[in-house]
Amino acid sequence: MERLRKYGFVAAFLAVPVALYSVFVISPYIQAFQISLTDWNGYKSRLHYIGLDNFTRLFGDEVFWRALRNHGILLLVLPLVTVVIALFFAFLLNLGGGTRGAGMKGIWGSRFYRVVFFFPQVLAVAVVGVLFKAVYRPDESGVINGALVKLGLDPVGWLVEPNLALWAILAVMIWQAVGFYVVLFSAGMAAIPKDYFEAAALDGAGRARLFFSITLPLLRDTIQVGWVYLGIAAFDGFALILVLAGDKGEPDGATTVLPVEIWKTAFTYSKVGYASAMGVVLFFLTVTFAVLTLRTTRRERIEL
Amino acid sequence: MTHPGEITRRELLRRIGLTAFVAGPGAGLLSACATSGAGDEPTSTPTGSIAVSADPKNPFGVDAKKPLEVTIFSGGYGDAYAKDLHEKMYEKRFPGATVKHNATQQIGTQLRPRFVSGDVPDVVNNSGPEALDLAAMAGEGQLADLTALFDAPSLDDPSKKVRDTVTPAVLDNAKIDGKDLVLNYTVSHRALWYNAKLFADKGWALPKTWAEFKALGDTAKKEGILLFAYPGQKGPYYQLWNALYTAAKIGGNQVLIDIDNLVDNAWNAEPVKQSVTAWVEIQTLYSDKAYFGLDHTQTQVKQLQNKLLFYPVGSWIENEMAKDKPKDFEYAIAPIPDVTAADKMPYGAIQVGVGENFFVSAKGKNPQGGLEYLRIMLSKEGAKGFTEKTLNLTVVNGAAEGLDLTPGLKSAAKAQDAAGQNIITDARFEGWYKELFDYGTQQINVVMAGRITPEKFCQNMQKKADAIKKDSSVVKQTRSN
Repeated sequence: MERLRKYGFVAAFLAVPVALYSVFVISPYIQAFQISLTDWNGYKSRLHYIGLDNFTRLFGDEVFWRALRNHGILLLVLPLVTVVIALFFAFLLNLGGGTRGAGMKGIWGSRFYRVVFFFPQVLAVAVVGVLFKAVYRPDESGVINGALVKLGLDPVGWLVEPNLALWAILAVMIWQAVGFYVVLFSAGMAAIPKDYFEAAALDGAGRARLFFSITLPLLRDTIQVGWVYLGIAAFDGFALILVLAGDKGEPDGATTVLPVEIWKTAFTYSKVGYASAMGVVLFFLTVTFAVLTLRTTRRERIEL
Repeated sequence: MTHPGEITRRELLRRIGLTAFVAGPGAGLLSACATSGAGDEPTSTPTGSIAVSADPKNPFGVDAKKPLEVTIFSGGYGDAYAKDLHEKMYEKRFPGATVKHNATQQIGTQLRPRFVSGDVPDVVNNSGPEALDLAAMAGEGQLADLTALFDAPSLDDPSKKVRDTVTPAVLDNAKIDGKDLVLNYTVSHRALWYNAKLFADKGWALPKTWAEFKALGDTAKKEGILLFAYPGQKGPYYQLWNALYTAAKIGGNQVLIDIDNLVDNAWNAEPVKQSVTAWVEIQTLYSDKAYFGLDHTQTQVKQLQNKLLFYPVGSWIENEMAKDKPKDFEYAIAPIPDVTAADKMPYGAIQVGVGENFFVSAKGKNPQGGLEYLRIMLSKEGAKGFTEKTLNLTVVNGAAEGLDLTPGLKSAAKAQDAAGQNIITDARFEGWYKELFDYGTQQINVVMAGRITPEKFCQNMQKKADAIKKDSSVVKQTRSN
């Protein structure tokens, strides 16, 4: 009875979100699986099943493999760089000032910086895209290239050189993500009991030692979550790439990613079945990544 | 310290993390929206043709009481020409009929679900980046046959059929799967566009041969002006067109017809290679790689600042840039110079094409009204009003008579007179095989930037064309002229 009352209470709260989630998230997913087995073009009134043909074709499609390569680069770099930068800033903001009175303090002006770091997160992705289009503009009117030209250097085609384009976009993704993770990690650091730091500081531990021996191990769960989030972001990149590079993986397929290909294949080329197959593959990639990350980094919990 | 009912903050974050990957990149959902009718076999095969009435005043037998729904793409032309002109003309012809006007920039997103569910607008101006796939629509019998429209008497002169009052390209371009299903309403003139005032001031003449073209490039370079530039972002297809039209000038329209018909090795033909090679040379010697990263508007503004001489585009450019155009800038069209001494088409050949698609829904509530609406658009009054409101010419013969044309349109009309029979045809694979066209717009940047050779460009395009030819899911079209 006790149990029923408790879970009944929880269930009452969950009913509406679960219903919305089922209608707007789960059911389209199931439908995508269904459509991926057909040659539906978005206009036909009935579905014609063609088995796994779409998947066979997908694995022979060089655009698909190019997209995977790009996702691979994003997946390696985006979480790593973002987490490292965010951890560094969060440490400085919360603990970098050393011990002062009771507990640890951030560096001078940390409240101000916290707001500044969060700014990019407030901007819509499309706005960020347009902003960086101006930053990366390839002639002397660009923000970076204007400075380069003033210094007597040649302007650089940040978004049009095949070797640079993905990295330029990656830099924007990192720039935009860092603020959120600074806040996330700050919250995690605030939850670490102050006496740990005090005790370690009394024993003569420096800031670096404090960071690696206390902050980092106690933040592990938070970092893990951040890592999964960022990995998922690495499988996306839709809006930013569409605004900054375009929908054809310009230049030379350097920015081809699955979400853009799915969108284009479904709505420009009217191959909804094939696009759904890509969506299904993307789904499994994302799930595999998340499960692998959580599994491989699992370990005993530390009770604070 | 944890007991089962309590959710700690970290636990919560972790759960959010877990749900987040399910909700993850929304792309998986994108394609799954409208299959409510899945499994239903269509009850009858739609024919798409509409019975013709005997009344010459009302050739389609329009029911004056039935409402008409019109969807307009509100892009470069706006939607005032429909709302304030064509729809008013329809309501005047059929007092009591109401026209429901709907303007959008997302034709496909808005209408695709409606076509799947069966509640469709009667007339659609199918245009813009999210336009509907007309070949797929035709396959589903959604498009009404326009033969009745073309055979109907013209509103201006009942002794003439509509088909005799429009430019012949309308009839060629109406066909999908051999049936007349699409009305192209505007006429545009494509070649190289330049500032006539600047040329007059400098005393420069239009180059007629490739040698003269390059000599002018050297002269302009001394003044810090680029001979040529195209936008590498958003508008690289302008250069794809340009290269294709140059190939047609060298080798005749058959080059483009073969490409459209997916003929074996059509892309490897000598004129295509010559054209691409010539343009790559111009790009390397007389342009600037910064333009690979600029979009069409940025490039067009640079031309208005006289930073580049020639820009490959169509006659809509004048109206498009009207707001930014300084007083001392006057748009004019320049034919593509002779590439070889033996070009099939002489100097002066330009591309004159039709565009801006309209169709009538076969399964709409008022297809007769839809045909009548198109007949109104094709009347002189309807066409003249369109030109007045949008500064673009229509396919209706003589509809612009008596209008005070802009300098750009005047220059286009003059160039068309001078070209005579040497009109470069349009490349229809742009609409037929969008995947091939998109690939081309991407590859043209690669070859123009010098990262692949013109030969490799042709081979890549051929490979893609062969893949399209083999792809059974793509409906094939053919053309004979």
